[in-house]
Order: sequence, then structure tokens, then C-alpha cells
Amino acid sequence: MDATIFGSDLVRMIIGLIGVIALVSVNALFLIWMERKVAAHIQLRPGPMEVGWHGSIQTIADALKLMGKELITPDDVDKPVYWLAPIVIFLPVLLSFLVIPFAPGLVIRDMNVGVLLILSFAALTVLAILMAGWSSNNKYAVLGSIRSVAQNVAYEIPLLITVMSIILMVGSFSLVDIVKAQEKYWFILLQPLAFILYITCATAETNRAPFDLPEAESELVAGFHTEYSGMRFALFFLAEYTNMFIVSALATVFFLGGWRGPFLPGWAWFFIKVYAMIFLIMWFRWTFPRVRFDQLITFAWKILIPLAFANLLLTAFLMKLF
Amino acid sequence: MKALFFPFTPQGVATIAFLLVVAFTVVGALIAVAARNIFHNVLGLALSLIGVAGLFLYLNSPFVALMEILIYVGAICIAICFAIMLSQPLYLPGAPRNPLKIQGAVLGAGAVFVFLALLTKKTKWVPAAERSTDWSITTIGHYLLTNYVLIFELVSLLLLVAMLGAIVNARGGRGSS
Repeated sequence: MDATIFGSDLVRMIIGLIGVIALVSVNALFLIWMERKVAAHIQLRPGPMEVGWHGSIQTIADALKLMGKELITPDDVDKPVYWLAPIVIFLPVLLSFLVIPFAPGLVIRDMNVGVLLILSFAALTVLAILMAGWSSNNKYAVLGSIRSVAQNVAYEIPLLITVMSIILMVGSFSLVDIVKAQEKYWFILLQPLAFILYITCATAETNRAPFDLPEAESELVAGFHTEYSGMRFALFFLAEYTNMFIVSALATVFFLGGWRGPFLPGWAWFFIKVYAMIFLIMWFRWTFPRVRFDQLITFAWKILIPLAFANLLLTAFLMKLF
Repeated sequence: MKALFFPFTPQGVATIAFLLVVAFTVVGALIAVAARNIFHNVLGLALSLIGVAGLFLYLNSPFVALMEILIYVGAICIAICFAIMLSQPLYLPGAPRNPLKIQGAVLGAGAVFVFLALLTKKTKWVPAAERSTDWSITTIGHYLLTNYVLIFELVSLLLLVAMLGAIVNARGGRGSS
């Protein structure tokens, strides 16, 4: 094959896409099992035990069940939008993997706007949630989507400002450069406040407990995806768990030195750190009670945003001084 | 470079991508103007803006493209959605379109279109690669704080006006209206 015709880029894209889709599916299957196990052990019960070793293939069974289910389209939904929403929510999730560096050299495309790419496509998630909620023609779905959007918009601001302080230290938007800049210290040591802010905002951005008001089961059934069934519901679920992976991967890149670590190869360290972060987020769920909605928004605007600005200013001053 | 079906050459891929992006922009804009459901209008606008972002990407300016998505799709469209939530419920039929307004809109948009088309013909286009090959974020940042600092400041003035407007509108509070 003539390499100049296909160009390594195109081949790289296709291989990357296949790898990403495989990773997304396997990761979601694993994370759902992990979530159930972590939840169970924190509550002193064994969790799924029947299917496979310690219930390890329980989620595969669940996935097969979901695939076999009928795709119900209620009569009064806004059909084109209702059908598009699960697809739109999945796009940013796939695109984000374009720039995540798993190991030295193992990144689909090292763009000099990598961080911006992930953060700007995350905005599409909000739009997809709105589409799902509004087109469903269901009050629980609308309320869930409104809450979700208000929350996402509020928490995106401190998230962006926090990330800015890291960018300021590195001087590049490229995720590879950020990992390379952590040669001596992980940024969690230099930016502990930023790490706490980031993980708080990330938990809120992924709609995880204690910030899971958009899908508070006791009041809103299932929130914005109440009306979805079968594989369409599964796509929302998949997107949610993959988003968790992405925010944890970003936390690893920004604060935990990415692929750096002794003895093991880079990709192994990367995945160990990512899953440790995911475990932390799951741990939150069973540690903190769900906050009230006004508390949630007040917390973002009156505490997180000023703190994030203070951190950014401090970083800027210290950068100029030293 | 032989015996390859056109769409699989790099030029082919680029052409298809370009046509796709243009289709996004135009179809999105049509939905944004023509659809009767106001929520569809917003989604059309979002699609059109994503198309515009694609055009920036095509012009080798990923930073501007991503800013387009982050600000216009992520912030403006969501803000419009919030505004829609405050207006009348969607299940009520909207007011019929006023033909006079449609004619006015067509005339206004047509005038802008003709003006821009004439301007496009008159301008002597220099390929971007001949003017500069460096369109990185650093360059854009330098330009914004040197050559174009006045525009930069004017944008902040615009934001100030918007905030003042919001405060003036919100000052009455809930009770007084």
C-alpha cells in the first residue's frame, strides 16, 4: 500500500476509532460491575455473585438484555429530536479520546488545543441532555434536564478556571505537554487546592452523587432519560460511565503525572491512576448525602468560583515571582 | 497516486469534509429560520454554528473552531434555551407569521448577502499560507494584546453592557411585575 495516498493520519484515525470504541464498551461494562461491587461492599453486602466469578459477567448479561429490548417511542415525543439525543450525547464522548495520552506516544492525535477540545465538546453533552429532556414530553424528564443544565453551566466555570491555573504553569494546551511538564513533581503537590476544586467540579459535571440531582430517583424517576428504553437508554448509560472515565483521565493528566511511574509500563500506570480516581468518585457516592438544589448552585457560584479565581491569581503571581 | 477512487484520496476526503461542513451550516441555518417549533430553531442554530466551527477547522484554525463551539454552542445556545423556558409553553400554538415581517427579514438579509458577496469579489485574497504559517494560540494571543487590543477591549465593553442590561432588567425583582 502506498503510504502517501492513505496518509498515516487516516489509517491512524481508523485504528484509533476502533480502539476507542472497544475501550468505551469494555470500560463501561467493567465500571458498572465495579460500581455495583464498590457500592455493595461499602454497604456490607456482597453485590452480584451469581453470574461468573463474583458476578464478573453480570453486566454482559445486562447488556445483552438491554440489546434485546424493544425501542419504545412514546406517541407524543418530538420524534427527530428524541431519536437524535442519545447519538448526540455519545459524540463528545468519542471525540474526547482523540487527545487523551495513554502512554508516551500512545495518543491518537496530540493537538496543541487538546484541553480545549475536551472541554468544548463537553458542552455538546449539555445540549444532548436538553434535547432528551425536552423532546420526551414528560415533566420528570424536563425537570431533570433543566437541573442538569443549570448544574453543568454552573460547574463548568470553576472547572475551566481551575484548569487554567494548570495551563498557566505548563504554557500549553496539549495534554502530552502537561504530562511532560510533571517531570519532577506531580501537580497535585503544587496545586492541591486546584485538585480538590477539579474533583468537585468533575463529580458535578458527570452528575454523580452527591450532585446527582438531575436523576434523583426519589423525586424524578430517572431524570432526563425517563422515557428512553433498550439500547437508547444504554447509550445514555454508556456516555455517563465514559464521561466518568474521561474526567478521571483528565485528573490523571493534570494532577497525577499521567503515565509516569516506576517499574510498570506507562499505559499500566495510566489505567491504575484513572481507576483509582474513579474509585474515589464512587466512594463519594456512598459517603456524602445528596445536596439540595439551591445548596448545589450556591456552592458553585459563591464558593467554588471565588476559590478558583483566587487559585488562578495566586498561581499567576507565584509564576511571575519564581 | 493512481487507481484510487476519488473519495479515498486526501483531496477527496478534504472535499467531502468541506461539503459536509457547508451542508451543516446551511441546513442548520434553514432550520433555525424556518422551523415553527422554537426548540428546533435553537437546535438548528447549534448545528449551523457547529458547521461554522468546521469551516474554521478547515481553514486550519482549530483554536477558533473550538472557541466557536465552547462559546456559541455551549454557552449562547444553552442561554437561549433558558430564555425559551421563561417564555410561553411550547404546546400553545405560536402567533402566525406576519408576511410583512418575513418580507422585511428577506430584504435585510438579502442586502447583507449582496454586500458580502460584492465584498468577497472585490477583495484580493491572499492564501493564508503566504501571509503566515504560524496561526497557533500563542500568535493569536499576541495579536489580541497588541494589534487588535482595541477590539479586545471593545468586547469587554460589550460584556459590560450586557451585564448592566441584565441587572437593570432583573432589578425589579419577582414581586413588582
